[in-house]
Amino acid sequence: MNLTLSQRKKVSTWSLGLLSWIVALVIFFPILWMVMTSFKTELQAISTPPLFMWEPTLENFSVVQERSDYFKYAMNSVITSFGATFLALLIAVPAAYSMAFSPSKRTKDILLWMLSTKMLPAVGVLMPIYLLAQSTGLLDNVFSLIIIFTMINLPIIMWMLFTYFKEIPKDILEACRMDGASTFAELRYIVMPLSWGGIASTGLLSIVLCWNEAFWSINLTAADAGTLTALIASYSSPEGLFWAKLSAASTLACAPIVVFGWFCQKQLVQGLTFGAVK
Amino acid sequence: MNSRIAKLLQAPSIILLFLWMIVPLGMTLYFSVVRYNLLSPGPLEFDGFSNYAFFITDSAFLPALINTLILVGSILIITVVMGLALALLINRPFFGRGIVRVMMISPFFIMPTVNALIWKNMLMNPVYGIFSVIAIAFGAEPIDWLSEMPLLSIIIMVSWQWTPFALLIFITSLQSQDTEQQEAAQLDGASSWAIFKYLTLPHLARPIAVVIMIQTIFHLSIFAEIFVTTGGGPGYDSTNLAFLIFSQALLQFDVGVASAGGVIAIILANIVAFFLIRAVGKNLMVQS
Repeated sequence: MNLTLSQRKKVSTWSLGLLSWIVALVIFFPILWMVMTSFKTELQAISTPPLFMWEPTLENFSVVQERSDYFKYAMNSVITSFGATFLALLIAVPAAYSMAFSPSKRTKDILLWMLSTKMLPAVGVLMPIYLLAQSTGLLDNVFSLIIIFTMINLPIIMWMLFTYFKEIPKDILEACRMDGASTFAELRYIVMPLSWGGIASTGLLSIVLCWNEAFWSINLTAADAGTLTALIASYSSPEGLFWAKLSAASTLACAPIVVFGWFCQKQLVQGLTFGAVK
Repeated sequence: MNSRIAKLLQAPSIILLFLWMIVPLGMTLYFSVVRYNLLSPGPLEFDGFSNYAFFITDSAFLPALINTLILVGSILIITVVMGLALALLINRPFFGRGIVRVMMISPFFIMPTVNALIWKNMLMNPVYGIFSVIAIAFGAEPIDWLSEMPLLSIIIMVSWQWTPFALLIFITSLQSQDTEQQEAAQLDGASSWAIFKYLTLPHLARPIAVVIMIQTIFHLSIFAEIFVTTGGGPGYDSTNLAFLIFSQALLQFDVGVASAGGVIAIILANIVAFFLIRAVGKNLMVQS
């Protein structure tokens, strides 16, 4: 073919773009299929060949609510993820602040140690946590989940906040100190406004992680404090072979977090990589 | 700020994390050397290392250990390679790139339990699943994925969820790469492979390290995907250490043996962590 360089470039851009679209559709297909199935009847859901055109129904969504009390589980998810995030921020903001602004020789070691606690596999401490929850009457209780979620996310939150606080110019604070402002005033009028974005995205990341947490939710909760992850897990039993209803429950459970994830990709990258990738 | 206030502000997080680490760890260590089964109540007796002996000589231990390593290793390779390929694919602008990017990263935000059930029911089901429909359309014999290749099925599910994670981090890093250097190299007649090898790959060194570290933490104890799909079976074909300990603990109520298993899992994680933190943790610290 006799194409000029710019023509050839155009063709390659087009073909790469087309390829990207195809790959994206393949990757996204399971999610799309789940959403489509949630609008089918049970018979349509298992029809072979699969239906791509049908009359959508909303029945599944109301049945899911009736049969498994969907809103109770959704509320538990909201309470645990927001509660744990709030608690973790409450503990981590002052700590990360002081580490960033008056670091000692041991600050780096402390931060690395915090990161290393994430290396303790959850299953290694399953028995003690289970028995502690049982003996304090906190088994199947949202309170114990809040505490656990707080603790498992605390290291990540500390790191994220630390990197955000690190970026605040020190000169402003020094000027502020010269004028005799107290630590509290510093925090309230300088640091908080400047790092509001960082704190917010830290909180959002923490909410995502709590919302999707599965190990502790499945093992420590049942009917009372069950979160959405635990509810969906209960559909794995044979009685849960209702694909349309499973899809409806799953769509509802995932939609908020997926949409939310689309909007804060950048902050999530920073958070998940402890600020190492921007 | 004087150092006393600094200590005061840091104390809660350090003390809480320390307690969170040391109390359960101490209890696990203690339980692992006593005879303790919830089904046969009685005073806890010191039992030496027989829990460990029981756990290690259990016929499920070796398969579980191997499965754990296969899971971590293969998922790491798949996600890093695929994530890299996808990131390079969508690195240059084209029509609708924003939407493509959103579609590609979406699986990462799906709950693990939902992920597993979508794949188990709607894709991998031997009768109604999309895969078997496609197989039949091409005249092939449909595969019962979860019972014929349980471990591979789990690997596919987890990779589907985590490739977007690698992609998300790689593409963010690629977008911050200096394009002038690349253009200069191109003008000098460097091949695309040379540009990738000498410019792009070194630029991605840190993101790749980070992706490997974080994924290792998560994949050493894959649980939900196994719990809702194969239940560790058939046999022990898809049992990893995390699931084996879970079944000792909450299915057979043997606290002692489960705790011994927990200690072994912790040791394994720390062996891996030792190398990772040395390699990657320092890399992270340079920046901050």
